[in-house]
Amino acid sequence: MKHHNQHPLRLDLAALRAHLQTAQGPEYWRSLEELADNQALQEFVQREFPQQASEWHDPVSRRHFLQLMGASLALAGLSACSRQPEEKIVPYVRAPREAIVPGQPLYFATTLTLGGMALGVLAKSAMGRPIKIEGNPQHPASLGATDTFAQAAVLTLYDPDRAQAVMQRGQISTWNTFLTALYTALESQRFKHGAGVRVLTETVTSPTLAQQLRTLLAQFPAAVWHQYEPVNDNTVQAGTRLAFGQDVTPVYHFEKASVILALEADFLACEPGTLRYAHDFAQQRRVHGAPAAMNRLYVVESTLSLTGAMADHRLPVRPSVVADSARVLARALGAMAQSSATTEQRTVPLAEVAPPPAETHTNWLQTVAEDLWQHRGSSLVVAGRQQPPLVHALTHAMNVVLGNVGNTVVYTAPVAAQPVDYLASLRALVEDMAAGRVEVLVILGGNPVYTAPADMDVAMHLAKVPFSVHVGLYADETSAHCHWHIPEAHELESWGDARAYDGTVSLRQPLIAPLYDGKSAYELLTVLLGKPEQAGRDIVQEYWRSQYQGTDFDQFWRTALHDGLMSNTAFAPQEVSLHSDWLTQAAALPPAVPGLELLFRPDPTVWDGRFANNGWLQELPKPITKLTWDNAALLSPATAQRLGLQNEAVVELRLQDRSVRAPVWIVPGHADEVVTVHLGYGRWRTGRVGSGTGFNAYALRTSDAFWLGRGLELRPTGERYALATTQQHHSMEGRHLVRAGTLQQYVEQPYFAQMMEPAPQPQETLYPSYPYESYAWGMAIDLSTCLGCNACVLACQAENNIPIVGKTEVHRGREMHWLRLDRYYKGAPSNPEVYNQPVLCMHCEHAPCEVVCPTYATVHDQEGLNDMVYNRCIGTRYCSNNCPYKVRRFNFLQYADYHTRSLQLLHNPEVTVRTRGVMEKCTYCVQRISAARIQAKLEDRSIRDGEVVTACQAACPTGSIIFGNINDPTSRVAHLKATPLNYGMLAELNTRPRTTYLAHLRNPNPKLREAQG
Amino acid sequence: MAQIFHPSTNTIARVSILGAVFILAGLLWLIAALNRSSYATEEGIVRQQPIQFSHEHHVGGLGIDCRYCHTSVEVSAFAGLPPTETCMNCHAYIWTESPFLAPVRESFRTGQPLVWTRVHDLPDFVYFNHSIHLHKGIGCVTCHGRLDRMPLMWKTQSLQMHWCLECHRAPERFVRPREFVFSMTWQPQEDQQTLGQRLVREYNIAKLTSCSTCHR
Repeated sequence: MKHHNQHPLRLDLAALRAHLQTAQGPEYWRSLEELADNQALQEFVQREFPQQASEWHDPVSRRHFLQLMGASLALAGLSACSRQPEEKIVPYVRAPREAIVPGQPLYFATTLTLGGMALGVLAKSAMGRPIKIEGNPQHPASLGATDTFAQAAVLTLYDPDRAQAVMQRGQISTWNTFLTALYTALESQRFKHGAGVRVLTETVTSPTLAQQLRTLLAQFPAAVWHQYEPVNDNTVQAGTRLAFGQDVTPVYHFEKASVILALEADFLACEPGTLRYAHDFAQQRRVHGAPAAMNRLYVVESTLSLTGAMADHRLPVRPSVVADSARVLARALGAMAQSSATTEQRTVPLAEVAPPPAETHTNWLQTVAEDLWQHRGSSLVVAGRQQPPLVHALTHAMNVVLGNVGNTVVYTAPVAAQPVDYLASLRALVEDMAAGRVEVLVILGGNPVYTAPADMDVAMHLAKVPFSVHVGLYADETSAHCHWHIPEAHELESWGDARAYDGTVSLRQPLIAPLYDGKSAYELLTVLLGKPEQAGRDIVQEYWRSQYQGTDFDQFWRTALHDGLMSNTAFAPQEVSLHSDWLTQAAALPPAVPGLELLFRPDPTVWDGRFANNGWLQELPKPITKLTWDNAALLSPATAQRLGLQNEAVVELRLQDRSVRAPVWIVPGHADEVVTVHLGYGRWRTGRVGSGTGFNAYALRTSDAFWLGRGLELRPTGERYALATTQQHHSMEGRHLVRAGTLQQYVEQPYFAQMMEPAPQPQETLYPSYPYESYAWGMAIDLSTCLGCNACVLACQAENNIPIVGKTEVHRGREMHWLRLDRYYKGAPSNPEVYNQPVLCMHCEHAPCEVVCPTYATVHDQEGLNDMVYNRCIGTRYCSNNCPYKVRRFNFLQYADYHTRSLQLLHNPEVTVRTRGVMEKCTYCVQRISAARIQAKLEDRSIRDGEVVTACQAACPTGSIIFGNINDPTSRVAHLKATPLNYGMLAELNTRPRTTYLAHLRNPNPKLREAQG
Repeated sequence: MAQIFHPSTNTIARVSILGAVFILAGLLWLIAALNRSSYATEEGIVRQQPIQFSHEHHVGGLGIDCRYCHTSVEVSAFAGLPPTETCMNCHAYIWTESPFLAPVRESFRTGQPLVWTRVHDLPDFVYFNHSIHLHKGIGCVTCHGRLDRMPLMWKTQSLQMHWCLECHRAPERFVRPREFVFSMTWQPQEDQQTLGQRLVREYNIAKLTSCSTCHR
């Protein structure tokens, strides 16, 4: 098989730069290979699908396969003449009391958590099966949006590889046997006041669970509750404690911030409250309609994050230099405060912060500091969890000096019920285990054997515990080292509560009875407390009844359950006062020393490894890198060139005598001399999906190099490891696909985007135009606010029964996502501008696909949709060949799983499950249009604007996707399409796309632009 | 050497070429006829059911409204099949010993549902909605036939796409006043064409013939 990846690119940065300077070079580029005009890539992109994509690659050759199948194929034709199979229909015996109307979905407000942080969602139930997650518009962390993890929750629920039985040392056992064993073990602890009892949890924000744990500690005063979370906010907590001497958590108000500086803070993608923050941030980035004003985002970071991709100015530097930059900025702001009017600002001696040993990028930082200072009170400095506590403390001090506290940032009580230093907590547990002091260990969720720092050998010490039990969704690495494994009830199967990023209490209710008789942490704790087994609902309800002050608890409970949250439970902002005695310590920040640094980050798709067995997340192209199914060691182009590395080269990463082998992936815009690795891969005990993917970055992660390792050694091995990326697929060469400009450009010439390509005249066609008497559906996507977060991609996958295809198939370019996110770079590879562009079917007025289909399988409908009729499709793929947008997907093999029982429950009954040999593509969620049309007709009215919400639109945290009736001039989408920023992708081909884009606007600082030339 | 082919062979050849056309046409006709025959469409074929439920008796004889059992027909895509409970509303008091009803009592006692065989079963790629058809004035009888005369259930229409389109292209031929959609005996008092055209206007009936109307 010939493949582009067998023609690796030798990186030559000097040549690339020269290439960029020539007029012929593309202004926007998608990969280094494209930029260098790589021959193999050229060949690759000019094909509709990769070469021999339709080839049957498995050991049975295509020819042989056809020989074998000849007879059965001939017979298969006859099956069309057979009669329809008989189907059964099974009514209830007694109709349920809930208002279940067969054929009508129900929505329940519930809560999903990640790292303990609650996200309020509405789970859609089709005849008792949860099939789709939508955001809860009332919930402060969601406001109707969801992230990729929430979208993928339903797949985890139905994952056939979930733990399905109580296991004792690898043998199937029963819950009752476990209870007997547990009670025996606990009985011997009773006279010791539980001195040997340990409970290990993840972050607990649940008030009920915290109460249960405290009761347990009261019952066993000598017992200890430990917490460990591999992706935690320890540094944030330590930072506020340092700055204010208080345990408080910053809560940001991006909607009030006009100048934002992010120090390695990926607040748009992976911090607590990220969906809300993205929503608030986007509020300030829309210029259409409103007066032309935008916020401005500066980002100093090492690895190119989605927040960095949104930045107006981005400074890629090593993590240690990020810390140095914080000091430079603090000093600059301190100096400005010296001459300030208010005493409060003057009293913070920021200017006395010791300067970093080497002051780099001083001009850049000085300009940023000036901009921040000019916007005192409406600016904001944010630091990310990878930065040490001192940097966090410095950012708090800067926000105090800038007068932002109380405006753009407030401080509240910590969301965690019992804030701890997770590392210290786990270390104490490991030490106790090593010393043989732990006799009964209960691990409630989490996977510490896999996720613990490598210097704490959790697995080895677990062996010394006489009675250990692990409660988890999967029989994983940790359960392999525990005596007992109890299958955990999924969040969609259990009752519970949790707090959102701002403290709001969110209630969780089950959508379905536990599929595998799983138990929730609440239920297990009840048993630990020696109480009779209690239903999850009663546990949660009992706690809140005891907390309720009012008179009508039932009404309160019903309201909370209906809304999915308890109103007015967000933490109130606290008064904080800055201690500044620590400022002198700032010099103690480890100085930037030469040598490679290693940065750990949670994976954007599998997070800390907990989603490793979720196929949707595995196959989701990661933001920026567009890798699927693997993690990689990310490097900057210059570092790769210095080390003589190329994409997919396997290197050995060695840090403090620990080493892993990892494939290299070169990321433009990555800081030099840093290697970024994502956690969560290389798991050795997971299901069929997660096995054999990626390398284990935890193997390098120690408690003193938790986020950042210094002195990394990198040794090429000469081997290659194939990575499946969607980056080069569907490339659309050197045209104005993404159109971008600056705010200033927009003010001067609002129509700049439309002037980039000549628009075809309406009469330039031979075909008669279609009359649209009722509705004409259309979509507008605002590129200025699109983060590239992937929520739309997964929402589409969940809504439309889109199958996953596996790494080998992605490698062949056969991924099935109806909606993809194209990522373009512009400018120099060392620090390019990044553009994300969601691309789905354009539903062209003059659709090139329609005219080439020999079977009329793709046709125009009365409302302007480009219909795909699966049962007419014979798989010629002419349509895809003729589609200039490459948005059609072909079922080369039987991708949809017809046989796994649990996965059958997952399917959206409103959408056909496609079979092999059929073309498919975005339908504009025609099932949702149909539902709205029927509802409107039943009520004898027309469909209201905003009534049809496509799956991608519903998930989008920034509201960048707007769908509606363009026949109605008052609709939002028609309004957006009338704005000067609106343009059609490849509209110069006279396809007249129904999906149009609003050009991307940035708001660069004129001073920095001049400096950069 | 004698000729291999007698001159008459020419005629035979001509006839057989012409014949091939007829044979081919005949084959095509056969396939088309088979496809529309009741063998394929299962029109008029009675299915084995757990209970020999008679619509004739319950609808024609007792005059029970369709919606007593098919409760969601006006609000949902699916008309709804009655839970065993609904049968027992009456049959807890009448015909309590009838052997025909033994499966119903058994179901109610054990909680095991009755398993019916679908008679009107559209292919899985077709998305039909009952509620909107009723709302636009399509009577039950139009598609399901005179249920009040059916001792057992069978299809009276093919439910094939061309049959759907007959109405979707010309709804005025079938539409009736909304208040009579559940009536088994309604007959137009005036010319159906005139009435239909008036109702199409009045009910704002769109002629939806796009693929995506039913397929997604």
